[in-house]
Amino acid sequence: MDFSVPDDVKLLQSTVREFVRDRLAPLTMQVEHDDAVPSEVLQEMKDLGLFAIPFAEEYGGGGFGELGYCVAMEELGAVNAAYSNIIGGHCSLSGAAIALAGSDHLKQRYLPAMATGEKLGAFALTEPNAGSDAAHIQTTARRDGDHYVLNGSKLWVSNGPMADLYTVFAVTDKEQGSKGVTAFVVDRDTPGLTIGKVDEKMGLRGSKTSEIFFDECCVPAENVIGEEGRGFRVAMQTLDGGRIALGASCVGQAQTALTMSIQWSRQRVQFGRPIASNQAIQWMLADSEVDVHAGRWMTYHAAWKIDSGQRASHEAAVVKVYCSEMLNRVVDRAVQVHGGMGYMKEFDIERMYRDARIVRIYEGTSEIQRMIIADDLLRDE
Amino acid sequence: MNIVVCVKQVPDTTARKELGPDFRLNRAALESVVNPFDEYAIEEALRLKEANGGEVVVLVMGPPSAEDIIRKTLAMGADRAVHVTDPALAGTDWSGTCAVLSTALRRIPHDLVLTGTESTDARSGLVPGGLSEALGIPLVTYAVKLELDAESIKVHRQVPGGYQEVQTPLPAVVSVVKGANEPRYPSLKGIMSAKRKEIQKLTLADLDIDPASVGLHGARTVVTASQARAEKSSGEVARPETPEEAAVIIADFLQARKYI
Ligand SMILES: Cc1cc2nc3c(=O)[nH]c(=O)nc-3n(C[C@H](O)[C@H](O)[C@H](O)COP(=O)(O)OP(=O)(O)OC[C@H]3O[C@@H](n4cnc5c(N)ncnc54)[C@H](O)[C@@H]3O)c2cc1C
Repeated sequence: MDFSVPDDVKLLQSTVREFVRDRLAPLTMQVEHDDAVPSEVLQEMKDLGLFAIPFAEEYGGGGFGELGYCVAMEELGAVNAAYSNIIGGHCSLSGAAIALAGSDHLKQRYLPAMATGEKLGAFALTEPNAGSDAAHIQTTARRDGDHYVLNGSKLWVSNGPMADLYTVFAVTDKEQGSKGVTAFVVDRDTPGLTIGKVDEKMGLRGSKTSEIFFDECCVPAENVIGEEGRGFRVAMQTLDGGRIALGASCVGQAQTALTMSIQWSRQRVQFGRPIASNQAIQWMLADSEVDVHAGRWMTYHAAWKIDSGQRASHEAAVVKVYCSEMLNRVVDRAVQVHGGMGYMKEFDIERMYRDARIVRIYEGTSEIQRMIIADDLLRDE
Repeated sequence: MNIVVCVKQVPDTTARKELGPDFRLNRAALESVVNPFDEYAIEEALRLKEANGGEVVVLVMGPPSAEDIIRKTLAMGADRAVHVTDPALAGTDWSGTCAVLSTALRRIPHDLVLTGTESTDARSGLVPGGLSEALGIPLVTYAVKLELDAESIKVHRQVPGGYQEVQTPLPAVVSVVKGANEPRYPSLKGIMSAKRKEIQKLTLADLDIDPASVGLHGARTVVTASQARAEKSSGEVARPETPEEAAVIIADFLQARKYI
């Protein structure tokens, strides 16, 4: 058993950490206020290679694998979950589906441009009538010669308003249930694709989500990711990697909330002594440390499994439910430690508390993760 | 154009440092980084290479663990590295460093040797001068801007109150000041390609250097005592009534100390 982080991943970590500290951290309030990441900052992130980390080197990617990707997502989440959400929608979801199941032609066509960030990706699975029950989507794709014609709508697509391409799931055979779902890459400029209004959200300001509509939207058959009817599998496999990386972002967010709580509890004096001298506060800090530590190592372990070529669906569900819930516990304690200051917009903790709430919902709710885990436990021998 | 940049591994500048009983820094416990002053020299070398072609070689004298910081310089864009490492080098002072680096430099083709102005741990600032002396080539210190042509280099030197323009034939040693440029982050592509770049390891035997002439025994400086830095005093606190008043107080303060 070797728990050491490889040297190249360590260098990646310190590079992203420095970049985050110098270039992203000073912008946090601005991003929150404007609900937008300045385009020149996105460009700097692209130049550094942040949009390429998990993709294979042969397609212009960073080739850092899931562990390298997780370490970077941890650093990005630590400063602002908006950044890890943008990168997550692009790499873990949209790009990963193409990388996992796409033809070589599709990979050549899309991944290099996604790796440089020239093309931004988004992942469109959820619909008004299909959230947790993703197999029952209603968007249809009708075969017409060497094309498919898409009709329907998608909801809450992260990166939706800014993306250049969409990984879209649609029903090609209604009779077949989840085996009748097919995945496609759809270019933004495809006639019949329109983008709905940008959502007003509780948090994650700076990361945009929107509806996407398809009206007789004609997509070449070569844009099918994998094979017809294999789309649901593609979605589930993609989400495995996505959930691990999301866990990493949660670890980063939770670490920041804990670090800020430690600092605040040392500074804040009540009853003539720092509040950190009260056991009540100390136990909150200790509980958060246990949470963050457990979350970090189960994330790295799951990433290591993926990098060593093993399946990690079970671990992905465990990581997703644990890390999302531990983050919510940790930020809640952080607000408590900060008192009224934790409720004020001028302090990062207030934003982090709102940002944290989504992770128990998207990429599969906590309930869905528990269903997956229990299913594994109770499956016939 | 072949540029060699001399780079030192130093303890993380933000870490708490402790001295051992021999007054030497206890490095084992500390994270190490590229000497921040050297990053400006690396950046300058990479820019000169991008404009004029050639090769950037990083030269490092340090323990085996210095390989981490060497990888970072390769990830920033240096083409290859030479790492002089030998147990007998422990405790080497500036004079031994100059002897080792200049001996290594004689074996690396170079038109220009760039250094930082000093290291954040020892802060002697003597190495650039020592190298120029040992190699018998010109020295230009405190460069803020470098312009190359085929046989010479024009350097803007930072001097009190302004700049001095100096032209010197090549090869030469030039020390680059902090702030001369904005050192780049290694790109993620750079980190991957750094794995495939060459780090040539040299020992004292490879360089035909007598181990007794370097290390603690060969050192020409001896540390005889040390003292903790005085705690920072709390400073002056002004309580102006208006922003205008505050501006005047700050301006007077800076002017009295000749900052403005
Ligand atoms: C900010 C944001 C970004 C998003 N980004 C994307 C994106 O990029 N791409 C994308 O495709 N989607 C995206 N989504 C959608 C997200 O994945 C869904 O919201 C999520 O899957 C849950 O679906 P739902 O909201 O329809 O909830 P529902 O499925 O309606 O669930 C409501 C509640 O019922 C519970 N529930 C449902 N079924 C069961 C069951 N069988 N047993 C027990 N409990 C159950 C759920 O756990 C939940 O608590 C995003 C959502 C948000 C808010």
